[in-house]
Amino acid sequence: MTGFRIPKLTLSALALFAVVEGLARAGVLNGYIVHIVNLSLIYVILAVSLNLINGITGQFSLGHMGFAAVGAYVSGTVTSIVFKLQPDSTIGYAVFIAAIVLGGLAAAVVGFLIGFPSLRLKGDYLAIVTLGFGEIIRTILNNIPFVGGPRGLLGIPKFSNFGVILVATLLALIVIRNLIESSPGRAMLAIRENELAAELVGVDTTKYKVLAFMVGAFFAGVAGGLLAHLLQIAHPTQFGFMGSVLVLIMVYAGGVGSLTGSVIGAFALTFLSEGLRLVIDVVAETTKLPIGGEWRMVVYAVLLIVIMLYRTEGLMGTRESRIITLEEAGK
Amino acid sequence: MSALLRVEKMTHRFGGLRAVSDFNVEVPEGAIYGLIGPNGSGKTTTFNLITGIYVPSEGKVLFEGKEITGKKPFKIVQSGVARTFQNLRIFGSLSVLDNIKVAHHFRTKTGFFRSVLRTPGFKREEIAVREEAMSLLTLMRLEGRAKEQAKNLPYGELRRLEIARALATKPKLLLLDEPAAGMNPKEVHELMELIVRVRDEFKVTIFLIEHHMKVVKGICERVKVIDFGETIAEGNPDEVCRDPKVLEAYLGKRGA
Repeated sequence: MTGFRIPKLTLSALALFAVVEGLARAGVLNGYIVHIVNLSLIYVILAVSLNLINGITGQFSLGHMGFAAVGAYVSGTVTSIVFKLQPDSTIGYAVFIAAIVLGGLAAAVVGFLIGFPSLRLKGDYLAIVTLGFGEIIRTILNNIPFVGGPRGLLGIPKFSNFGVILVATLLALIVIRNLIESSPGRAMLAIRENELAAELVGVDTTKYKVLAFMVGAFFAGVAGGLLAHLLQIAHPTQFGFMGSVLVLIMVYAGGVGSLTGSVIGAFALTFLSEGLRLVIDVVAETTKLPIGGEWRMVVYAVLLIVIMLYRTEGLMGTRESRIITLEEAGK
Repeated sequence: MSALLRVEKMTHRFGGLRAVSDFNVEVPEGAIYGLIGPNGSGKTTTFNLITGIYVPSEGKVLFEGKEITGKKPFKIVQSGVARTFQNLRIFGSLSVLDNIKVAHHFRTKTGFFRSVLRTPGFKREEIAVREEAMSLLTLMRLEGRAKEQAKNLPYGELRRLEIARALATKPKLLLLDEPAAGMNPKEVHELMELIVRVRDEFKVTIFLIEHHMKVVKGICERVKVIDFGETIAEGNPDEVCRDPKVLEAYLGKRGA
């Protein structure tokens, strides 16, 4: 022990906060860029929590946005009702934080309900069930007039800002990292490596698969809540199948099983998809070719194919940056 | 000597095939007991039935006098029955040390919240688990490999790692499924010494499947021979090897 040190991960978050906040105040970063940073951080939470299920525990979930939808709608409903009753509420922020946690817990409950029956399935079959589950959530939301139906849940107060989102991202990373580097986390890794062998060294595999689903769903719910309070709307189409696939791509491009990879994947792909907009515009301008914004997705897809061809294991593989890992507790 | 493991009239069918038929065994505490038979005779199936991977169609499995038939595999392990696999089942991309630590998992008290909050109790437990795991690795002469990814180890060391991992669950009964498979004569010799040492130092009873007759004759006190799921002989290794039924099962009928 060498006295008190600020953990590396927290230090990095503080540095990021100082840089983004400073540049934004100085006028170097406009609101649009800060918005993309916020979106990237929310995607970090989604990717890291999906990685716990897919990368660490080795299950294949395709319905991650379903959990985010639960969090978004639960928290959004709570805050919009409170906001309507008391628009100048001084307790607004406390309500917001409570609503976000509540949204996460609701998603965790749904994670438990979906996890329990479907964990008897493996691989492709589990993927299909989770995909179906995500679509069911979306369809249900589409048909509940109380939360706006296909119009979406409107009038959600804008409580999410860079600071809040950054803190939530940091907490998600710390919790999931601490979990992985502990006895329950090793049980999850063992399930990924060889489920039968895990069972035969005494791991209650069902329990840990459900735990992974619940923790993953909790943070997806938190991310959904933050997103709803950033965009001030929760809409069924935001949480569709393609959304889940996007998060899945972030996890795979970054490296399955690597939290560092998920962070990089979330930032890179969010910035890439926005940045390509600019690039395409510039290219169209200079070459006078009749290409528009829709080409963005083509380039995006090609880049993903290139990554997967040349780095099949993702950018990071299963390696972790030393910013994220802890020193081994038993040393 | 009382029987630590007792299997009574165990039968298992896969569809119409009787993979194991009316299997009875009593493995006394402290013994090294062998199970042999030609390929496909139902030996691994027998182990799978004892460890709960399959539930027997008929019959009972009793461990320390208590029935464990039909219990989930992880419960059976927790009650004191550990095993290794014929085709290695190592946690390949985990470190050698973590492979052992996983097997300590069910005895650790730290759950989700204590792990996430990194309480002092969590840290103490991690240190204790690490020390125990390292001492097991030292016994298996794998201490130098602790930090390596398990899948990079040579075959013989993987076999030892699997035995170490099984021992980390602190079993009373250890089932070894062809521990000498794929080993060279020197490694086989070391393995035999290791098995005897494990039995004496850890006070575990050993029930093993083996094809190497040298191993069986060298260390087993008693052997059971099965063929097509049926028990064809039982006794001390030398007697069994002279048994005409056993010779027939392995070599075929004279003149056939």
